[in-house]
Formats: sequence, C-alpha cells, structure tokens
Amino acid sequence: MKNALGQSQTIVLLGGNSDIGVAIVRAAVTPFTRQVVLACRDTARGEAVAATLRSEQLAVAVEAFEGGEPAGHEAFVAGLAERFGNLDLVIVAYGLLGDAEVTRTDVAAAVALAQVNFTGTVGAIVAVGNQLVRQGSGSLVVLSSVAGERVRAANPVYGGTKAGIDGFCQGYGDWLAPQGVHLLLVRPGFVHSAMTQGMKAAPFATSPEKVAEVTIKGLRARRRMVWAPPILRVVFSVLRHVPGPVWRRLPLG
Amino acid sequence: MKNPRRALTGWGRSNATVSEVAEVPNHEIPAALQGVGPRGALARGLGRSYGDAAQNGGGLVVRPLGAAHQAVIDPAQGTVTVPAGVSIDDLLRVLVPRGWFVPVTPGTRFVTIGGAIASDIHGKNHHVDGSIGNHVRSLTLLMADGSQRVLGPQQQPELFWATVGGMGLTGIILEATIGLLPVETSAMSVDTTRIPDLDTLFAAMSTTDEQYRYSVAWIDLLAKGAHLGRSVLTCGDHAPLAQLHAAAPGTTVDPDAALAFGPKQLVAVPPVPIPSRLLNKLTVAAFNELWFRKAPRERKGELQGISAFFHPLDFVGSWNRLYGQAGLIQYQFVVPFGQEATMRQVIERLSAAGAASFLAVLKRLGPGNPAPLSFPREGWTLALDLPGGGAGLAELFTDLDRMVLDAGGRHYAAKDALTTPEAMRRGYPRLAEWQAVRSQADPHGMWQSDLARRLHLLDTPEQTA
Repeated sequence: MKNALGQSQTIVLLGGNSDIGVAIVRAAVTPFTRQVVLACRDTARGEAVAATLRSEQLAVAVEAFEGGEPAGHEAFVAGLAERFGNLDLVIVAYGLLGDAEVTRTDVAAAVALAQVNFTGTVGAIVAVGNQLVRQGSGSLVVLSSVAGERVRAANPVYGGTKAGIDGFCQGYGDWLAPQGVHLLLVRPGFVHSAMTQGMKAAPFATSPEKVAEVTIKGLRARRRMVWAPPILRVVFSVLRHVPGPVWRRLPLG
Repeated sequence: MKNPRRALTGWGRSNATVSEVAEVPNHEIPAALQGVGPRGALARGLGRSYGDAAQNGGGLVVRPLGAAHQAVIDPAQGTVTVPAGVSIDDLLRVLVPRGWFVPVTPGTRFVTIGGAIASDIHGKNHHVDGSIGNHVRSLTLLMADGSQRVLGPQQQPELFWATVGGMGLTGIILEATIGLLPVETSAMSVDTTRIPDLDTLFAAMSTTDEQYRYSVAWIDLLAKGAHLGRSVLTCGDHAPLAQLHAAAPGTTVDPDAALAFGPKQLVAVPPVPIPSRLLNKLTVAAFNELWFRKAPRERKGELQGISAFFHPLDFVGSWNRLYGQAGLIQYQFVVPFGQEATMRQVIERLSAAGAASFLAVLKRLGPGNPAPLSFPREGWTLALDLPGGGAGLAELFTDLDRMVLDAGGRHYAAKDALTTPEAMRRGYPRLAEWQAVRSQADPHGMWQSDLARRLHLLDTPEQTA
C-alpha cells in the first residue's frame, strides 16, 4: 500500500532495463519501499540493475517478461499481485526505437515494432489496469514520447506507436480515475539513454534522471500528463500548429 | 453484491481507495456480506481514523447503521447497550440529560461505538479510567462464518481482547454494553494554566494529574529555545450541582436544566478548493501565539460546556478541509515514563523542522489493558497534525519513528497513515499472539483493510520473517 506521503511499498517496472524506467524506480524508492519487481526480456541485465537497487530493507525480484506477447500479460500481472500483494506503482517503460530506415519500408519490421510498442503495450496497460481496479487503488505510469505528439518523417512507425499509446492512455486514464486508479502519461523529449546512443541530440534534450524527477512530481500532484522537460509543453503547443510545409523543414534533429 | 463504489479516505484525506460501500442496519449486514470477493470486507464507522484504518480498497466496506433511540440504559447496572453504528455524539444527547456520561470520549464526538472499541480509544481521563476497552462489559461480534458471538472480559476473553483495539479485523461489532459514569450536570469545572516550557510541563503534569479525572496539555510546537514546549494545561472534572449553585448565588438551579446538552456546529468548511498552503508556518505560528496568549495564566474552577472542554474542533464542521488537497497527517505515539528526554528530542526535531503543527496535544497515559493491539500504555503520548505534502516530511517522520521505537514507544494505528510493518512489530511485541487469535476467528481472511495490508497485520509470523 501507499502511505500518506504517497510513497509506495511495492513498485513494478515493465521494461526492467529501460534507462528511464530504472531512473523512475530509483526516484520512487524510499525507506518505506519493500519490494521492487523488474520485468524484462534480458533477465541477466535485469539482475545487474537489481544488484544496484537491492538493500537490507528492499527486496528486488527480476522476472522474465515478453512485452510484445500480450497473451501472457494478464496472468503475469495477476501472478505478481499474488506473490507481492498490492501493486502500488507500476511503470510501463518498455519499447523499441527501431531503425527508421528499415521500419519505414519493411512490412515485417514495421509490424514487429508496432507489436511491441503498441499492441503489447496496450495489452500490458490493460492487464495492469485490471489489477489496480481490483485493488481500488494504485498508480500507473506510462512512457509516451513527444515523437507521438506530431509524428515526423524521421521515424514514423515509432512516432505512430507512441501517438497510439498516448491517445489510448488519455481515454483509458479517464476511465480508470473514478475507480481509484491514477494513470500518469509521461511525454519525454529527446533523452540521453541507451536507446538514443549515437544519435544527434534534439533541442531540449534531457536525462533519465530529469524525466524521473518530473514523473515523481506528477505522481504526487496526481497529474494526468507531464512533459519532460516541462518546457516542451509550451514548445509543442506551438509546433502542433505550425503549418505543414514549415513543420517539414524544421531542423528537429 | 450491488453496492455503489466510492472513493474513501480517512480524516486525513490522503490515499483514497475505491471500494463497494454498503450502509445497512445490523440485520442486513449478513446479506450485504454475501458473495464478498477476494479483497474481503471491513466495518467503517464515521471515518474519523486519520489514515487507512477504515478503508478496504477493492473490497467491501460496511457502514453499520444504528439510532441512539435504540440505546437501552440500565440505571441499576449503570450501563448502556447500544448498536455499534451509533455515534458518541448521538449517544451523549440521550445519556447526558439522564445524568450519565460515556466512560471515555476522544477529541471528537463523531466516532461510532464500534469504531471506538476497534481502535480502543482513549481520552483525557486515561490516567484515571483507562481506554474504552476497560469499560466494555460485553459486545456482540459478527464472525466471518456468519455466526454471532457475545464476548466480554469473562466470555471468550481472548477474542474479546483481540477485538478491542483489533482495528475491525476480527469481525463486525454489532452491539456493545458499556459502563457509564454518573454526572450531576453537563458542565465541566476546568483549571487552566499557562506553562512556559517543557520541563515545567512534565513536572506540572506528573504532580497534579492524579487530582483530576481529565487532563491534557496543548503544546506550541513552533516555539523554540527557552520557550520550547510552552503550553496550556487544562485539567478538569464534571462539575457537581453544588458548584453550579455556588456559581449563581441567590438563584435556584433546575437539576434538569443543569443536565442540558445540545451542542451545535457553529460553522462548516465548505467543499471548495482550498490552497494546500493555507495552513503554513506563518499562519500556524500566528494561531499558536494567539491560542497561548488568550489562555489565562492561571484560572481555577471555570465552568465550561462538555463540547468546549472535550470536543472544541467539533464546532467547525469538516475542519480537515482546511488542509487543502494534500490533506493532513496526524502523528501520535507514546513513550514510556522515564523517556522524557526522547519526548524532548522529538519536540526539538519538530520545532527545528519548523513543522506547521497546530494543536499538538501532550497527555500522560495510565496503565494499558490486556488487548494485544491496544495503543495506550503507561507513558507520555503526543499527538500532532501536519499539513501533508510538505518538503522534508519523509525524513522528519523517519527520524521520529526511530526515536519513538528506540525509546520503547509505539504508534497509534487509528491515527497512523505512514509507518511500516517493522515499526508495528517493534511497537507491538504481542502482534503474533493477536494474529493467532485472529486467524482462528477468520481462517479464510474475510476481514481486510488497507491498514492491514500496509502494516502486514494479517501475515503469519513465518511469512514476515
């Protein structure tokens, strides 16, 4: 359960090797926290992350999880609840950037990316949502991206999946709220992380730690959506309305 | 189950969880419990516990209804038998005009009898009379299997004492018979003293407490240095009829009028958005200064009404809304006598943090009762309110928890919304004994609460080891 300061006893990260996800977990862990679950594909890497989190008061479990295979999601989440009790904070942070050169033209690659980033993620969010509704409480953080706010030619499949998740979560979060469940949609800009290694940074680039800081603040204030860095909300309220011919010429990295 | 789903919080207005809510009279409770799901059920009274004690997210919450006119007074025994859903407010309106008073009242009249027993509440008379559990002659408990048991200190005492202070986790209390205190008037005779600092307060309370049935001190936690612990000590007892005569010489006091009791709410805080920072260090410091200065240096035998003496906050409806969206955090603990240095440390830590606490209350507790989870034990108890959501609160409460537990103290579950399973185990060494009685009465885990989940109250000792 959470305490009156909004601190969580049990935290689950779907995408246990996501730099942003792990940064959010680190920021959410307090002396009140007892259990962290890192659900990921590469459990060996997950164990390495777990070793940096684990302490005398904090148990960390690493669980094998295939984000792109939603058929198992419901049972997976229910199993976590059975073993660890109330899931107080669940962070859905998995996803692939994909190689735009490939996904733009290769049908199988495009579908595979959509399978993980959209289909599998929707399945995971619904499975988690069901569990939190059964609890009558809990927080669900979903990582969207500004790439979904106005999808660009530079990476349309990735941007499209994020746009889909973002839109789904806005409606789904509103449906969850009266059932005691708080869904927070996080829209980061360019984040220096393993996913973006070697890429040229876009304006207003940020770090996983900064995204985590904004996320924790948003959780505390029970916001439905946060931007990281927050200035991007203003930037995108302009970019959203830039005429197409201008938009397509903007040097956005 | 076709009950409405509602978001519930405690009086601190933090951590809402959604559950099904059934507001039903006692005889309809078994039907309401039919088909209860895996998240179980819990009784809830008026929701005046501060934290998550009366919440059961995802499960069923039962609010037993009852009316004060169903109360049966036995003048020969000096007892009242009352449905558990009746509030002390309603009960006092029946009892006082007939010359009776409840044996224990907390700082608000808006608690139910069932909730009072489940929390084993104490009042300003704990050093003399103990907590409410000491005055329960018998109670009827609805068990998980649907049967009803009549329990008392001599009837199945183990389950009785597991239910007293048992936070609703042994079953639903349907009815209770409670010993009463005879009173001649509805007035209180009150002595008020301003106390300059903490050491003077410890000394004053230790030497004068035994002369009074009721005593409590309000402490200004924002005072620092030489003024640390400055406070207003109020002590009193029920005024005898003769004192009312003496106060109005030359007139005759009608004995019925002397027992008049009909307190009214003066004002209510409306359900409008209130900035979370309304109660801040500045406004609370100003309030505390005013409160201290308006108190007389020393006044003896002042006549006050029951509400003014016991329940001053009840004059303001929904006062918890003043804390805005972030709600408030109440923190109450006890440390044994001899740990005055710890109490000083705690107060110094709060004062140094500039924590905007108004109406912090210090009280001497008398011996505890046999209930394994009953909060009161001999020692000093401090209760304070802080606005939720402030910076540094987590560190502050972590420090306070450590000081309290290292001193052999413990936290009051009915007030708690913060602490940990480990703190509960250190503070309540008889928890495992309570768990054994509880799981025998409820082998399939029918009774659950958010508090029980947070503090791992229902775990077997093996699981937590």
